Amino acid sequence: MYKLIAVSALAALCVAGCNKKKEEGGSTAAMTKEDKGVAKAPESGGSVTVNGSGSSFQKPYQEVAVAAFTKANAGVRINYGGGGSGKGRQDLADQVVDFAGADSPYKDADLAKNKGGDVLYFPILLGAITISYNVQGVDQLQLSPETIAKIFQRDIKKWNDKDIAADNPGAKLPDGDIVVAHRSDGSGTTDNFTRYLDQAAKDVWKLKSGATVEWPPDTQAGNGNPGVAQIVKSTKGAIGYVDLSDAKASGLKFATVKNQAGKFIEPTTDSSSAAGDGIDVKDNLLFSAVNAKGDASYPITYQSWVIVYAKQTDHAKGTALKSFIKYLVTEGQSQLKGLDFSPLPKGLADKTVAQLDKIQVP
Amino acid sequence: MQLAELRGHKQYADRAFSALAVAAAGLVLLILGMIALVMTRRAWPAFGAQFFTSTRWSAADQVFGALPFVWGTLYTALIAIVIAVPISLGVALFVTQSAPPWLRKPMVYLIDLLAVVPSVVFGLWGVLILSQHFGLGRSFLTAGIILAIMITPIITSLAREVIETTPAGEKEAALALGATRWEMIEGAIWPHSKGGLVGAVMLGLGRAMGETIAAALVIGSALGQVTVNPLAPGNSMPAVIANEWGEADEPHKAALIALAVALFVITIAVNLIATSIVQRSMKRSRGA
Repeated sequence: MYKLIAVSALAALCVAGCNKKKEEGGSTAAMTKEDKGVAKAPESGGSVTVNGSGSSFQKPYQEVAVAAFTKANAGVRINYGGGGSGKGRQDLADQVVDFAGADSPYKDADLAKNKGGDVLYFPILLGAITISYNVQGVDQLQLSPETIAKIFQRDIKKWNDKDIAADNPGAKLPDGDIVVAHRSDGSGTTDNFTRYLDQAAKDVWKLKSGATVEWPPDTQAGNGNPGVAQIVKSTKGAIGYVDLSDAKASGLKFATVKNQAGKFIEPTTDSSSAAGDGIDVKDNLLFSAVNAKGDASYPITYQSWVIVYAKQTDHAKGTALKSFIKYLVTEGQSQLKGLDFSPLPKGLADKTVAQLDKIQVP
Repeated sequence: MQLAELRGHKQYADRAFSALAVAAAGLVLLILGMIALVMTRRAWPAFGAQFFTSTRWSAADQVFGALPFVWGTLYTALIAIVIAVPISLGVALFVTQSAPPWLRKPMVYLIDLLAVVPSVVFGLWGVLILSQHFGLGRSFLTAGIILAIMITPIITSLAREVIETTPAGEKEAALALGATRWEMIEGAIWPHSKGGLVGAVMLGLGRAMGETIAAALVIGSALGQVTVNPLAPGNSMPAVIANEWGEADEPHKAALIALAVALFVITIAVNLIATSIVQRSMKRSRGA
């Protein structure tokens, strides 16, 4: 009895929540007034539904893009459920969905388990991970990768530590305790942040990299980017890694980070686009945007892909999917900055569009 | 002739009904068995000697020791029970024995209402009020308090119903013999409803151990914590599964499923122990 009531209450909540989300997506799309310019999918006759799941990092973009794209293509329905990159990769491997969103690719060993054969990776956006902090009286903070590594593995526990002081000549740093905030849930943000430290501070960083790592117990964990932002905002002396849009939404201060060229760079949509210029991209469009070369590159930049099977089995679905991805990597790109994401740099965008031809539609 | 026809018809209906009942009962067992089998098979690579003894849980190094999470699950459930049981029994006794009649119905209604609040709501409330406003942080204690609030209405509801089954004659006899209200509770209500009350508490315990979202939000998600310090951040088995499943690869996934199997076994064990306690105390009270 209780369960029944609880379930129906939850269902009611979800209905309300889902509707709200749709409205938001719709209004944002309407605001950009791009509807007329959106590419139309070739008429497939009748309606077709395309399902995707995965990365929650790219979800805000998916929501806006889906709203705009389906408005222009009346017969197409696209659902993008989040759930995390790992879930998206697994769903695609099991052919539960038609495309996956992911912040990191399949492991080589797992590729053979994909039921639909070879996959293609389409990068759709770049984004910055900020080092957000809450220290009164410190409005500018410069951090080198080694210092960040030491802070997050609790080698440095005070704000006036000599390493932080060395990164910030002349700055007045308080004698307060550092509170480290990180993700409680497995996350592509954690994966890319720790991968960055593993590369940029490899002599210092000991916690390795992954969607979840062994954080020391005297740290705080929050759920999702908003959860970490909340801890940083409400805790004096806190520092945490938060994606740019959530850091901005919560009004957090964030540090400039020293890149490979030795320059301290502020995380912005431009500086992470610049990072996209300084990376080596493989032929299959796989790359890692962390610790990129270039004077203007923000070094903790990460990326998100849409993954699909090269061999599509359904004509209508394959056609719709292909034109949706084309929208994501061409016209849709102009909406990214408004969401605090960075568009793909030109060279990479061209390669991505060219790869669309590799999708085989029966 | 008519009677025989009727009997034949009845026998047919009887048989059909008993077949249906057996099938339904069998289906429950089958589902339980299948869940256990499939999960255990998927989890098999992760089970090893170190699974229940190691305190280290590292996806990067593929070392999976569940001890801190088992500890966290049991410890937070214990804190919840310690807080919830006195309150629940107190409320149940108040409602049934000493509340003015006009207050009884609204109170029962309110308590039942508390039982249907979704756990995520309690979890968010815990984060905003207990962790941040009262500065308890995310810890075993915060999780224990949230769990206590969640299981209090369940225990209260069941306890109230159990207590109400005490025959009025026995209560009145105790009062007629000059017992105070407390002595009446001790002498008439307690022996009569002991078994049922233990059952109610155990049901609450089961809910506390399996609670996922609320625990995941407030427990702190710290690794390797096996400590009795209630203010330390920790982790519990369902919270780990909920937090890490989305981004897990093999063999991390197998380890998470192994956690689920272990949780399954522990909850069943707790329920079996509860049933046996209830049965034994029922026998004793019937014998006395």
